[in-house]
Amino acid sequence: MDLYKFTIHELQDKLQAGEISSEDIVKSLFSRIADMEDKVQAFITLCEAAALKSARGIDGEGQYGGIKGIPYGLKDLFCTRGIKTTCASRMLENFVPSYESTASCRLNEKGGILLGKLNLDEFAMGSSTEQSAFFPSRNPWDWERVPGGSSGGSAAAVAAGEIPYALASDTGGSIRQPASYCGIVGLKPTYGRVSRWGVAAFASSLDQVGILSRDVRDCALILEIIAGKDPLDSTSADIEVPNYSAFLDGEVKGMRIAYPREYFRQGVAESTRAAVMKALHKFEELGAIVEEVSLPHSEYALPAYYIVAPAEASTNLARFDGVRYGLRDSEADNVADMFSSSRAQGFGPEVKRRIMLGTYALSSGYYDAYYLKALKVRRLIAQDFEKVFRDFDLIVSPTTPTTAFKLGEQIDDTLTLYLNDALTVPVNMAGLPGISIPCGLDNDALPVGMQLISWAFDEATLFKAAYAFEQNTDYHRLTPVSGGGING
Amino acid sequence: MAKEFETVIGLEVHAELKTESKIFCSCSTAFGSEPNTQVCPFCAGFPGALPVLNEKVLELAIRTGIALNCEIPEYCKFDRKNYFYPDLPAAYQISQFDQPICKNGYLEIDVDGKEKRIRINRAHMEEDAGKLVHQGDITTTPFSLVDLNRCGIGLLEIVSEPDMRSAREARAYLEKLRSILLFAGVSDCKMQEGSLRCDANVSVRPTGQKELGTRSEIKNLNSFRALERAIEYEARRHIEAIEDGEELVQETRTWDEEKQLTRSMRSKEEAHDYRYFPDPDLPPLKISREWIEEIRSQMPELPDAARERLVETYGLPHYDAAILTTTPDYLEYFDRVIRLYPDAKLVSNWMMGELNKYLNQTNREISDCLIKAENLAEMLQLIDAGTISGKMAKSVFEEMFNSGKTAPEVVREKGLVQISDEKALSDIIESIINDNPKVVEDYCNGKGKAFGFLVGQVMKATRGQANPAVVNKLLKEKLD
Repeated sequence: MDLYKFTIHELQDKLQAGEISSEDIVKSLFSRIADMEDKVQAFITLCEAAALKSARGIDGEGQYGGIKGIPYGLKDLFCTRGIKTTCASRMLENFVPSYESTASCRLNEKGGILLGKLNLDEFAMGSSTEQSAFFPSRNPWDWERVPGGSSGGSAAAVAAGEIPYALASDTGGSIRQPASYCGIVGLKPTYGRVSRWGVAAFASSLDQVGILSRDVRDCALILEIIAGKDPLDSTSADIEVPNYSAFLDGEVKGMRIAYPREYFRQGVAESTRAAVMKALHKFEELGAIVEEVSLPHSEYALPAYYIVAPAEASTNLARFDGVRYGLRDSEADNVADMFSSSRAQGFGPEVKRRIMLGTYALSSGYYDAYYLKALKVRRLIAQDFEKVFRDFDLIVSPTTPTTAFKLGEQIDDTLTLYLNDALTVPVNMAGLPGISIPCGLDNDALPVGMQLISWAFDEATLFKAAYAFEQNTDYHRLTPVSGGGING
Repeated sequence: MAKEFETVIGLEVHAELKTESKIFCSCSTAFGSEPNTQVCPFCAGFPGALPVLNEKVLELAIRTGIALNCEIPEYCKFDRKNYFYPDLPAAYQISQFDQPICKNGYLEIDVDGKEKRIRINRAHMEEDAGKLVHQGDITTTPFSLVDLNRCGIGLLEIVSEPDMRSAREARAYLEKLRSILLFAGVSDCKMQEGSLRCDANVSVRPTGQKELGTRSEIKNLNSFRALERAIEYEARRHIEAIEDGEELVQETRTWDEEKQLTRSMRSKEEAHDYRYFPDPDLPPLKISREWIEEIRSQMPELPDAARERLVETYGLPHYDAAILTTTPDYLEYFDRVIRLYPDAKLVSNWMMGELNKYLNQTNREISDCLIKAENLAEMLQLIDAGTISGKMAKSVFEEMFNSGKTAPEVVREKGLVQISDEKALSDIIESIINDNPKVVEDYCNGKGKAFGFLVGQVMKATRGQANPAVVNKLLKEKLD
């Protein structure tokens, strides 16, 4: 049976009905991976033997439910005990952590089965996976195109049917942008909703663990499991986790939905704009109240982000010095040379670029002009959102200005590449939750993603609206024409 | 005529906070364990590991702030101080930059009976770094080993204003600060183990000049004596340089204990740009006023209050009271003796005299002293009872100190009971008089010294056991 086609909840139904075993699922997925992987190139590490062993163990118990017995993938910057965690960097090519991230730990406790670790742009810095030190992943909708990034391997694997869902991280759009490019669901929860413990940090005040899945129901199910206070992460919020699945009632009647005019302007492809406007009409049809609003400081979000994120990255990545683990140049004559030479060899060009940007922004004499100023902009952006959410339940926009671009197309044009994140970055800057769901295809038959944004810790509203849209459209059932997709 | 110069000193003191676990993880802070046995992914700087503040550190910092008369602002935050060094795993130290937990305090010192207030600019929380172990000298070692056991232990950095004007004032400040930290129960303050470390900022200027001179920061001051010597050396070096018309540069220097001099480590130009910025992994802290008041209400007695108590309750001189309140253990010892033996001045004399002498000789702390407070009281009672003389007591004390035996045990074992029996002494005195006719004659001719000689001879004949009062009385009767 082609079990790779199914979502978590569909697989769970079959497990509980006794139609299949967890071992069947794992085997089916590995055979799918064997078929697809030389095209998709999503995985850095596969855990076949361990996954089969876990599956047999669970089958032996004979009790299913939730995510029990169902496989998942992890972006390869989640630390996994005893399993290589590379961050797609030469620096950590052979790094095996002795500890497990809180989020993956919570999945494992519920019977989730890790299939493998997924490709990304090195240390999550990039929008295409072309910055992976190992290889780029490819978009199942068109092998010539990027799957987006930085969680491109995770999105491509889910879209290609190699895994039903994956955990990833989103600092400026790293979950939502690849979800949009690959035509799947991608959630970045509120900052503090999910523990960051054990996830290699890029920019600590912006990083958030989230989910890539095939539909909204799966996404809600996973968030219920991974969300909540973690005593190991001081920035995780001690706020009750609702039963998100209970909000999946298909109702948006009376829901107040805003669309910010700045998010539909220049740089946004006409076909993308049209698809999202059509989706807004759908919401109206379903009884929602839709109005245009303004988020006036939006245009400053990207420049401010490219101060704050590199500043934090420059110190977060300083620990990779060759002393305790990771790549070390043991030929160096002294410790200072060992530091610089190990780092020169271990990091790729984009990581170096951001470390230098951030180091500069924090240097004495520049701190006030750059870092402090960026923090002020950040506050203005948050205030823009706050004002809108006084009157609205939801903000809707395109997830990305365009659909997936071709491999190599933007690699030498850093600024254009950065613009991919223009519509997702403000959400991270404000710490709000955002979800990307498929809402159509463009003229090249590539998926268009729609971003829904809600107030902090109100993921329930995101799920409610996204689910209603999904129930009343078929976009999430569309499959890649390239032959790489789920029903291909 | 040579100009007069004034030395200006400010001290930065790092005190290791007395907590079971490290400041941002649950690793043990125990001293002296096997290298790298007290480490976890966080304090070893592994990817994805995050800090969680140990509340006990916060409480001890607040306690210190109260003890040092500081303001404790409602908000404080942690910042990252960025620099690369093999003993700093994350390549940044979590510290506090512009919003410390305590600011604007002071303490009082006393030098030659003159009281002086030394202002404290701030006290902030931070994590300690690890330790590097070199084979031989750092410049020639073929490799270095890193021990991270100490890495992440909570420190309080206490920064004074440049209010001290001599090495003695600096020493008095550090001694007083140590006493306060010990009494407040926030640190063990063991300079040899590095749980109290001190850097000195030293500059000189012509007397009367307002502007500060060029300063040196001196590191590696591991004892009170090193602090004093290094400041004296450095001030002399500055004055000589100025008098010779040489230009001083702002720099960091290290104290060479062996050669008794300071050496340059790095100049201001080579100083790091630490790129401080708020640590995004630790939310800013709000310190509730109620909590501060709760801690204040539970504050133990501090040295100044204890000193006043000794002066007022027992009529002790200020000097005695200051010494008895150097450490809480010392004061507790006094308080326990005094409960059993209420002559405060006598107790103070014994503690400052014999007890201190032997503690210093053996390099022992009072907490390890074999003579317990009760034993000292008992010994003093034996003197009062006439069982031993004050003179005998000194040798009894020495034996007690070395063996841990009680006074009655020592007296019994050595047969050291005082002879007060007039009949027994009378015979001895008779024979001394008969053996020393010349001295007796001197005495009769009014030579006072002769009497003392005769008493001495009696004491010698009785191996010091004769009761001096009885000997005096009998000798007088017989001679007069």
